[in-house]
Amino acid sequence: MSFLITCPHCGPRPVDEFRCTGEVLTRPKSKPTMRELCAYIYDRRNVAGVQREWWTHRAGCELWLLVERDTRTNEVLEVEVPGGTPA
Amino acid sequence: MRLEQRQGERLDRSRPVSFIFEGKRVEAFAGDTVGSALFAAGRRIFTRSFKYHRPRGLLCCSGHCPNCMMTVDGVPNVRTCVEPVREGAVVAAQNVRGSLDRDLLSAVDKFAGPFLPVGFYYRTMIRPRWAWPYYEKFLRNIAGLGRIDKHGTHTERFDTEHRRADVVVIGGGESGVAAARAAAAEGRSVILVDEQLGRLADELAGSGVEVLQPAVAIGMYEGGLVPVVAGNLFYRIRAGRTVVATGALEQPLLFPGNDLVGVMLPGAVRRLVRDFSVKPGERAVVIAADEHGLAAVDDLHAAGTTVAEIVDLRESMPRSIEAKGRRGRIRSVAIDGRSIDCDLLVVSGGRQPAYALLAEAGARVEYDASRGIFVPRDLPANVEAVGSVTGEVGSTAVPAPTFKGEGASDKCFVCFCEDVTDKDVKRAIAEGFDSIELAKRYSTVTMGPCQGKLCQLASIRLFAKENGTDEGTIGTTTARPPWRPVPLGVLAGRPHEPERHSPMHHRHLAAGATTLWTGTWKRAHSYGDPAAEVRAVHEAVGVIDVSTLGKLLVAGPDAAAFLERLYPNRFSDLEPGRIRYGVLTTDGGRIMDDGTVARLSEDEYYVTTTTTGAHGVFEWFGWWNAIWRLDVEIADLTGAAAAVNVAGPRARELMSRLTDLDLSNEGMKYLDAVHGRVAGVPCMILRIGFVGELGYEIHFPSPYGAYLWDTLLERGADLGVQPFGLEPQRILRLEKQHILVGQDTDSESTLLSAGFSWMAKLDKDDFVGKWAYELAVDRGEREKLVGFETASGVVPLEGAQLVRDGRPFGRVTSSRFSEAAGKAIGLCWVPPELATEDAVVEIRVDGRLEKAFVRLSPAYDPEGAKLRS
Repeated sequence: MSFLITCPHCGPRPVDEFRCTGEVLTRPKSKPTMRELCAYIYDRRNVAGVQREWWTHRAGCELWLLVERDTRTNEVLEVEVPGGTPA
Repeated sequence: MRLEQRQGERLDRSRPVSFIFEGKRVEAFAGDTVGSALFAAGRRIFTRSFKYHRPRGLLCCSGHCPNCMMTVDGVPNVRTCVEPVREGAVVAAQNVRGSLDRDLLSAVDKFAGPFLPVGFYYRTMIRPRWAWPYYEKFLRNIAGLGRIDKHGTHTERFDTEHRRADVVVIGGGESGVAAARAAAAEGRSVILVDEQLGRLADELAGSGVEVLQPAVAIGMYEGGLVPVVAGNLFYRIRAGRTVVATGALEQPLLFPGNDLVGVMLPGAVRRLVRDFSVKPGERAVVIAADEHGLAAVDDLHAAGTTVAEIVDLRESMPRSIEAKGRRGRIRSVAIDGRSIDCDLLVVSGGRQPAYALLAEAGARVEYDASRGIFVPRDLPANVEAVGSVTGEVGSTAVPAPTFKGEGASDKCFVCFCEDVTDKDVKRAIAEGFDSIELAKRYSTVTMGPCQGKLCQLASIRLFAKENGTDEGTIGTTTARPPWRPVPLGVLAGRPHEPERHSPMHHRHLAAGATTLWTGTWKRAHSYGDPAAEVRAVHEAVGVIDVSTLGKLLVAGPDAAAFLERLYPNRFSDLEPGRIRYGVLTTDGGRIMDDGTVARLSEDEYYVTTTTTGAHGVFEWFGWWNAIWRLDVEIADLTGAAAAVNVAGPRARELMSRLTDLDLSNEGMKYLDAVHGRVAGVPCMILRIGFVGELGYEIHFPSPYGAYLWDTLLERGADLGVQPFGLEPQRILRLEKQHILVGQDTDSESTLLSAGFSWMAKLDKDDFVGKWAYELAVDRGEREKLVGFETASGVVPLEGAQLVRDGRPFGRVTSSRFSEAAGKAIGLCWVPPELATEDAVVEIRVDGRLEKAFVRLSPAYDPEGAKLRS
């Protein structure tokens, strides 16, 4: 992995400055069953294709970012700050 | 052997240089390589081959093949043909018993051949099992390359440099230089990387092109990353555009005796004559598949070598070629049975584009049947190829896969690095390894130091012929970095272990503290006598540097709501100026960190975390708020604030000397958080007691760290103040059964099992980990964390097993001897049915079992009266 992520705050930076916490999940709205909770905690879609993920610019501005990445090519299609770009 | 001075030679004849080879001085000139100087001095055998110990000499003379590898100044496997001479360098042959010319192990070639067939190390020598160590010792002795000096010390330094460029050009041949000039003329920043020794920097001076030479681009990675090795320096270059001009590699031919000393590629002849002015031989035969190879004839004439025969493979393709020699050196070559005397045989099977970097970047590799080579196609965006790497290698014959005739006696090598013969490849195929990738791994063809540069095409040709198919169907093996061998030191770079210090760290060292790592921090372990430090805290007053604790400020109108969602317990009803202990869990219900939360005002909270968990908690908070988007700011004050815990029965007395604050139990209750000045320093004082005594945890701007630390020690001297480290703190907290997250808990621990059920406020709508907690309650717990004391007073090891009927069923996580309690105490995980006071468990200590009793309440001050005093 050596691709670049364009941080909306800092500009294009090497991926080693960032940390990925995996694909974006939907947290249950109300109390789940054991099966539903386990699915939320452990099951991942792990797509071979475009995936929406959480990244944080750990060695930079420390913003949390929503990144759309093609897991096959590591092409970064979109980088977004949840709730809009910071001032 | 050295020719008259010639136009264009690399040598500076006014500057003689000498080095030591095998104990003898070798004269050379500046500009020589170790290899060219040895050749000029008459040396022809440079090394002994990997497996059969056959003599080998210069073959490619361009730093690709393994034939000139020696140990130079203790560094093994140096390609001497491209290693510049250094005055006084010590050069030694490798993989030799005896001397290069008379290697005792060369008997392997004659006698052990039948015992070392392809794949022998997978089959032949694995039985009987007990004999393997003997086989191994034998094999290790005969096989291999250079030896590493295991007792040697490192005298070299390695470094990494990060660079950016609009354009990186890899390869400094004609096309590469032209591309670099053109890009620079457009005003782009250009770095040109070339692996040969040369003077490109002079040639390109003023053009705006930065030249790295000799330097090797070892791969191509995503994001335009080109790693380049230049001596002990490792460049990580980010390029907007990469131009690959790596050229094409001359290919050897397959015929018996093709590894004899005196068989050379045209490029070797060219370099020896043009760069180093050395006569490559007296009488030569040239067999070449293209114009490039035939050009060697001109060089030979220029050097005064007689050219006895020229075979242009485009015009006639012989059925058989066989080189014959004596003592490993070529004496004649038989072409279709007609023998020609020679001491030099120049062979070229055409040139294979050096596409490896392009393939790594994502290009497709396609077989061009008309020219018999593999060419790169469909280059990815921002990558260009220029010159012969694109496949523009001119008209060329496709040589026969092998020129081995009937009745040939000598070996015919496909792979010079690993001593793989045509027979080995055929045998691998016969054994069923019908894919090139599998055959490669089985026979190790292409897996040696040249990484297929001289043997991949040959092996594919042979493979296609034996399988009765064509090269395009067989395809190539996957190109992988590094393009050239790289010393591990270059990849490791400069040893770099960041170490964080608290602002009073130097005071601890001055006081004789031993230190230990906690995460990236170095902390004081003790100041020499942990037991005395514990006593001081129990009986007088102790101070401990807790600056490394994570410290977060959570502020904003939604701060209370934010913490309510993150913690199992309640924070909205916490009064400003009060403190509550909290444990963070994940949605899986696992404990991730703990610490205190102080409410500073209506919408401001000060959160402390463990030392090692600080950054994780900061990220955790930020992540959840990126999802929830509450109106709250999170600031990491870990480095900005220092902290000292002042604890012990005389802590109040010491503090009262330094502050005007009302320190009475009414003025500052247990779990109060108060702003004020201590010794003039603006502080926040948290009245908490991790170590079980009356305690004040003072947080303040870190620049005051040493000052406040000194002041506390000075003003408390008559009270018996004692700095204490982590070891006494561990004893003190264990006496109170205060857990350490990560020590006593692991990734399976939950609020329920670790004894924090009281914390979970299930009437809250939601908190992170609530559902998992509820489901765990429904299911029941499997383990409980409890205290224990051993009957005999023996302290078990942390991690010791709890045993029942000979089987482990629990484990000790913390254990110490408590002087105050007069007992060996600890924490351990037990099945729930044993989590009762006085339950008896057995702990394995040094192979025997020690009886211990479960203790549900702390050994010291169980009611917490001292904390609240």
